[in-house]
Amino acid sequence: MSGILSPYLTLGAILFCIGLFGALTKRNAIIVLLSIELMLNGVNLNLVAFSKMGVAPSLTGQVFSLFTITVAAAEAAVGVALLIALYRNKPTSDVSEMDELKH
Amino acid sequence: MPSDISHYAWIVPLFPLAAFLILTALGRQGKKLGAAVSVATGGASFALACAVYLGRLKEHAADYAWNSWTWLKAGDFSLTMGYEVTNLGTLMLLVVTSISLLVLIYSCGYMQEDERFTVFLGYVSLFSFSMLSLVITVNLIQFYLFWELVGACSFLLIGFWYRRPEARAAAKKAFLMTRVGDMGLFFAILLLYWNMPNHALEFTDIQNVFSAHTLNLTGAPFSAGLTTVIALLIFLGAMGKSGQFPLHSWLSDVMEGPTPISALIHAATMAAAGVYLIARTYPIFLASDTALDVVSAVGAFTALFAALLAIGQNDLQRVLAYSTVSQLGCMVLAMGLGSWAAYSAGISHLFTHAFFKALLFLSAGCVIHAVHTQDIRRMGGLAGKLKTTAWTFGIGALALSGIPPFSGFWSNDAILAEAYRDRPLLFAVALLTAVLTAFCMTRLFFLVFLGDGRGQAGHDDVAGGAAGDTTGGAGNPGDPGDPGDPGDPGDRLEPLPRTMTVPLIVLAVPAAAAGFLFLPGSAMSGFGRWLTGGSVKHGAGWAVLLLSTAAGLAGLGLGYLVYGRGERAAVRASGADGGSAALSRYGRAAEAGFYVDAFYRRAIIIPVKGLGLLLEWFDRYIVDGLVRLAAHAMLWLARLGTRLQNGKVQTYGLITLLGLVVLMLAFAGRRFLHVG
Repeated sequence: MSGILSPYLTLGAILFCIGLFGALTKRNAIIVLLSIELMLNGVNLNLVAFSKMGVAPSLTGQVFSLFTITVAAAEAAVGVALLIALYRNKPTSDVSEMDELKH
Repeated sequence: MPSDISHYAWIVPLFPLAAFLILTALGRQGKKLGAAVSVATGGASFALACAVYLGRLKEHAADYAWNSWTWLKAGDFSLTMGYEVTNLGTLMLLVVTSISLLVLIYSCGYMQEDERFTVFLGYVSLFSFSMLSLVITVNLIQFYLFWELVGACSFLLIGFWYRRPEARAAAKKAFLMTRVGDMGLFFAILLLYWNMPNHALEFTDIQNVFSAHTLNLTGAPFSAGLTTVIALLIFLGAMGKSGQFPLHSWLSDVMEGPTPISALIHAATMAAAGVYLIARTYPIFLASDTALDVVSAVGAFTALFAALLAIGQNDLQRVLAYSTVSQLGCMVLAMGLGSWAAYSAGISHLFTHAFFKALLFLSAGCVIHAVHTQDIRRMGGLAGKLKTTAWTFGIGALALSGIPPFSGFWSNDAILAEAYRDRPLLFAVALLTAVLTAFCMTRLFFLVFLGDGRGQAGHDDVAGGAAGDTTGGAGNPGDPGDPGDPGDPGDRLEPLPRTMTVPLIVLAVPAAAAGFLFLPGSAMSGFGRWLTGGSVKHGAGWAVLLLSTAAGLAGLGLGYLVYGRGERAAVRASGADGGSAALSRYGRAAEAGFYVDAFYRRAIIIPVKGLGLLLEWFDRYIVDGLVRLAAHAMLWLARLGTRLQNGKVQTYGLITLLGLVVLMLAFAGRRFLHVG
């Protein structure tokens, strides 16, 4: 059983790392948002993999991942709305220039 | 009560204090009023001191001490203050009040044009207040208080013309050098405090304890070594104030202050305080032979050393200053002989010296006031122009030289007689000092008052002209008194104000006649008994009398031979021309104070300054460096913090990630090392 689990987890980890790398290095705010989605998907993959092939398989994990996707969608919507609001204020999409939080 | 008046002795110092307060309140205004106030209070305290003195002249006038004002309490020790009237103190009261009154009157003329005239009078009043209080203090702590106040006043007055760097330096020097001595006195007080029964520091208790100690009556609380240490520490204090050898050089720089101050410090107040201290604590000295030996040796050396210095000086005030040091050395020598007879001889010399030295200084002040120079090489022939001054100066000089019947002779002779009996070596030194002193005074008198004028045009206030005249005068000294000399300033000397000449005449009387108080035989022993409260045997040998007279006359004769007859040759020898190389070298060495100051500069000032620089370097770069390092570290940390908080979410994310990685590594490491 566990022999089948590890590729999913590896893929999830790779996805997560790519997403993390993108979220930390990319300048474009949209790409940062996309990278965050990528990380979430990596996590979802983990959830689904564990719920199917974990120690105590159950449906709860898959339902939970559906919730996550929903919340992530809502979060993406909020994020894009924030970006647009920011863009109206300061016409840039470069993350490195969005440092108003320190004030 | 027979000695009623003694109970009011505490009022004597209050008059000058009141004058000081009033003068300070007046500020620089009201010169006339200020002068009136200071002279009136000076007169009042003099009158009261006279009354106290006369009241105590009776037989069996008991010492009166009042000591019930508690100043401070610490645990079971309470420090009381009060006053004590002894015959010695009364004598000092009389001397100090009379000299300071005359100095005040004199200053009214001498300092008239100074814009800080009232300030000066105020300082003088404060000075005499502190000295008078010092004289009647009841315990050592109180004594130390006024002792320091005297030092502070001397600082203020020596540096009175504080715009001149020399005056500032002299004031600082006086303050620091006496401070070395004060430290000794302070340690002595501490030692006494620790070891005296009940921590008593009253003079009477000290006298009782140490007198008993000497007689071996009680189980002595003081070992011989401790007694010696205390006596020597007290003597260190006295050395500082009275200008004994290693600490003498401040006294000759007092002349940077106004001349009346020299008179006050040298004659009545500061320099006498040291001898007075020895006299007040005399039983301690009597209890230690070693201390007495040191005291007499230092006194003798100072007397001879300073007399040698006085001969070579060319500055009128400096000559007198060194002769003061020399005479103080004689008094200290007398103190060190260690008998009550020598003690009373020393005190009587203090008494007479006060009058004739004040007289000499005030006369010198008149001369300086008239010719506007202190260089005796540029004076001469002033006797015709300053008749009063010449007479009074002559009387003072004769008294200082120890020529009978002037006052200095009797007191000096008393010291010599005491030395002659026990210590032939000290006697020889004192006798040599007497010769040198007489020689020095003769030199001064001839150079200043007799002969023809040498470059007196100095008072034309044209420096170039004065210098030219000086070199001209020195260049052809063989020229017999040319009457048509254009530089002859005789008729252009300013007339001296009456306020300056009257004190001279008044002072000349005791300077000439005070010695009869101490006539060997009846009166002298009377004085000794009055002073010490016990019968005092004086060895009034005719041999000593003749020898000391001969010494004085020899000095006079020698002076006449060198400066009276061959005056010009001598001037050339000691002057700028450099006749005899040895003499001029001696003159230069003496002018530099036998290089004592230079030695101090090399041996003490420069190393201390070097150490100071080193410490400053250490302070600046090590101590301050550490402080700066801490500050910079904080700053650096703060900068790091601000750099971290840059508002960029990506940086925060990166740091969080790094933190997570560190955390994970830590956990992994723990598992790997099997710690947890």
